[in-house]
Amino acid sequence: MGIDFLPDKPIYQQLIDRILGDILNGTLTVGEKLPSVREYAVEAGVNANTMQRVYKELEQMEITETRRGQGSFVTEDEQKIAALRNDMKEQLVRTFLQSVAAFGFTKDEIVECLKDWGESND
Amino acid sequence: MIELNQVVKKYGAKRALNGVTLSIPKGKVIGLVGENGSGKSTLLKVLAGLSSISTGSVTYRGTSITRTIATDLAYMSDTDLFYPYFTVRELMEFYDSQFADFDLIKAKELADFLKVPHEAKMKSLSKGNRGRVKIAVTLAREAKIYLLDEPFSGLDPMVRDDIAKGLIRFTNPEEQTIIMSTHEIREVEPLLDEIIVMRGGQIIAHETIDEIRDFYGVDATSWMVSLFKEPQQGKEINV
Repeated sequence: MGIDFLPDKPIYQQLIDRILGDILNGTLTVGEKLPSVREYAVEAGVNANTMQRVYKELEQMEITETRRGQGSFVTEDEQKIAALRNDMKEQLVRTFLQSVAAFGFTKDEIVECLKDWGESND
Repeated sequence: MIELNQVVKKYGAKRALNGVTLSIPKGKVIGLVGENGSGKSTLLKVLAGLSSISTGSVTYRGTSITRTIATDLAYMSDTDLFYPYFTVRELMEFYDSQFADFDLIKAKELADFLKVPHEAKMKSLSKGNRGRVKIAVTLAREAKIYLLDEPFSGLDPMVRDDIAKGLIRFTNPEEQTIIMSTHEIREVEPLLDEIIVMRGGQIIAHETIDEIRDFYGVDATSWMVSLFKEPQQGKEINV
């Protein structure tokens, strides 16, 4: 039903990541209105309490804002989105480096490999 | 909102419920899981006031539960008992005449949302469509509590998906409490706030879904399997 969720992470957290991803990759644009809590809950196949929590946490992160009687909107503050983009990049790289370190690869080896990939795929 | 204290329900010598103490808050979606015969259906019937208890107490907003709280509470049985010659529309009108909180407009919206033909006779409907009608007439009541016994059981994935979406779309979790028994834990987990695990007429665990994932780092299915393997390793039972 709806989205497939990973087993080892709270569902609300996975939904927050999904919306942040949609904002960063441009599926949701600056200032765009989000679906209502209920609509999004039906689409994702989750309980509306869970979706309510997702919207509340996004608002606390100042990535969205709620306008009374109108719903939730992606922030129009582009600096906030740029900061989010940077945080996310740092976070992904950190996780990636931790996982390759666990296999014994050195940072230099990996940087070299990433450069090759970057050149061959351009 | 609902409090059970040391509830025992005997059928002859057998204890279907054997000392159940439980507190059910307002505005939560709660899954009731456990093997066949663990007491899930009996617990739902006791909550609905359809089954009297042997000892202990069950209260709703401070007063003992009897058949009369049926006005605040919609119970959906795991069997269907529909008059076969009724059309879907006639069935909805019948429900409307029986329950003060039945909302005929909402019932029609539900039937449309679930793609059930209003003029079809009940006897001509597929099992899946009977499942859809059953949830539609249950949710069309503006009840405080919905007690659903196996709402997904024996239905194909499309019907299960429609019923899940109907539940999300047509209930208000801030005001209404839903308790449903199920074996389809993996599928139902995203719909739940809390899960109650029963075994041998007792509640062996009661947790929030977020806590299971945060604290144990697994989904509800793996958590439940681990409970049945090594009950002593679980966190202290929180009921």
